[in-house]
Amino acid sequence: MKKTAFNDLHKKYGAKLVEFAGYEMPVQYEGIIAEHKAVRNSVGVFDVSHMGEVQIHGKDAFAFVQKLTTNDVSQLFKGRVQYSSMCLPNGGIVDDLLVYHCGDYFMLVINASNIEKDIKWMKENIFGDVVIKDISEETSLLAVQGQNSMKTLQKLTDTDLSKIEYYHFELGKVAGQDVIISRTGYTGEKICFEIYSSSDVKKSEELWNAIFEAGKEFDIKPIGLGARDTLRLEYAFRLYGNDMDETTNPLEAGLAWITKLDCGDFNGKEAILKSKQDGLKRKLIGFVIEDKMVARHGQDVYAGEQKIGHVASGAPSPMLGKNIGMAYVTTEYSKNGAEIEVDVRGRRIKVVVTKTPFVS
Amino acid sequence: MVIPENLKFTTDHEYVKVEGNIAIVGVTDYAQGELGDIIFIDFSKSIDDAVKLSEIVCSIEAVKTVSEAFSPLSGKVVEVNSSINDQASVVNSDPYGEGWLFKIEMSDPKELDALLDAKAYGELVGA
Repeated sequence: MKKTAFNDLHKKYGAKLVEFAGYEMPVQYEGIIAEHKAVRNSVGVFDVSHMGEVQIHGKDAFAFVQKLTTNDVSQLFKGRVQYSSMCLPNGGIVDDLLVYHCGDYFMLVINASNIEKDIKWMKENIFGDVVIKDISEETSLLAVQGQNSMKTLQKLTDTDLSKIEYYHFELGKVAGQDVIISRTGYTGEKICFEIYSSSDVKKSEELWNAIFEAGKEFDIKPIGLGARDTLRLEYAFRLYGNDMDETTNPLEAGLAWITKLDCGDFNGKEAILKSKQDGLKRKLIGFVIEDKMVARHGQDVYAGEQKIGHVASGAPSPMLGKNIGMAYVTTEYSKNGAEIEVDVRGRRIKVVVTKTPFVS
Repeated sequence: MVIPENLKFTTDHEYVKVEGNIAIVGVTDYAQGELGDIIFIDFSKSIDDAVKLSEIVCSIEAVKTVSEAFSPLSGKVVEVNSSINDQASVVNSDPYGEGWLFKIEMSDPKELDALLDAKAYGELVGA
C-alpha cells in the first residue's frame, strides 16, 4: 500500500487508517461529525496527496486540453482554475478534474483512483507537440478549508491571500516552501485553500506542523476522508465512482455548466449533444429523507412498484440534522418536490427530491 | 480500548452483561470505534419478541456505514433501549453503560458458555 508523506503524522494524530485508491489514508481522527463541524465553524486540514497531478507541456498543450475536456479552456488565463470533466466518445465520464492554467503549460488534477486510467486515456488521445508529465508521486497536497483558513495560512506567507479569488491560484511560499496556493476545495467553504508542495517527507511534515501551529488559536483539526465525503455531499459536489462514471454523461450528472456544447470540439461532444437532443432519460437529483434511516450508494429507488433508479451517494448532513443523498432517477421523477422511495435493506423509505446544494 | 472483565463477548463484537436470567446486550468499545459516529438505532425486534441465537435485533446506523446487531443468545426480548435515539452517540461515548441496546430473557443460559471471556476477546481484537 502506498503512503503519503504525512503517514506518520496521521498515526501521531490518532487517525483510523484505511486503504483508499491504493493509499493508506485517514478516514477519521476524532470522529466524522466533529471534524465536519470543525471545517464548517473554523478550519480543518485534509491530506489529499493521493490525488493525481499531471502537467501538459508543449506547443499544442492548449489544443490538447481543449479536446480532452468538456469545459472551455479558452476561458482560462494564467492563474485561473477550471472544473471540468473528460469523456469517452460515447459521452461516458472518464474522470472529473481541475484544469490549472500555469502560463506555458497546464496542470490537471485528477482522482487518485483514476490516475493510471486517465494517463492511459490522455496518451491514447495525444496529438501534435504535447508532453504528458505525471508529477503525482512528487507532489503533496493539503486542503486547508473553512472560514479561518485564510487567517491561518496568512501567517505563513507574504502572498496576500485575500487577493486570490475563488478558483484562482498563485505560486508563492508557505512556511518557506515553494508551493502552489490555490483557492479551491471540495467542502463548499468559500474561504478555502489547497496547497500543492513537494512530497519530500521532511518538508511535508514541516509544512503540516507550521499550519497546525498557525491554526492553533482557531482550534485547527485534521480531517479524514469520512468528513470530506459528508462535507462535499452537503454542497452536492459529485464524487467520481458514486455520482458519475463511464456509464453516465455529464448532462445526466448535472454537469451541463462544465460541458460547453456550443464551443469547439471535445471527446464525447457528439454523443452528449445527441443525448440532449433525444431528451435525457435520467438525471442525478438531490433528495432529503424524512426518516432516520440513511440511504446509501447502490440502493434502488422506486416510484410505487416501478424501479426508477438508484442511490448514488447518501449520508447524514451534520448541518441540516437530516439524511441527504443524490440519486439517478428517470427524468419524469426528477422534479423538485417529487416524492419517491428508496429500498433501504428491504424497507421502503420516503424521500423528497430537493434542489441542491442542500446547505448554503 | 476498554474490555470489562465481568462481561462476555461475541466474535461479532457484542457484549453480554448477565443479571440473573437477563442478558444486557450492546456493542463493544472496539466496535463503536470501528463504526465511528453512530446516529440511529433501528430496532427490528420489539418487547416480547422471541429471538433465536444470531437473529438480527437491530441495525446500527453510523455516518459512514451500517451494521447489524445480532442476539448473542436465544430467548425473549424484554426491553430495548428506547431512549437511545434521543442521542445515539451514547453508544460511542458509553457503550457498556447508557449505550446498551437490548435485554434478552435467556431461554438457554448454557449458550453463555460459548461466548468469549474478556481475555479471549482481547486477543481477538489485538488488545
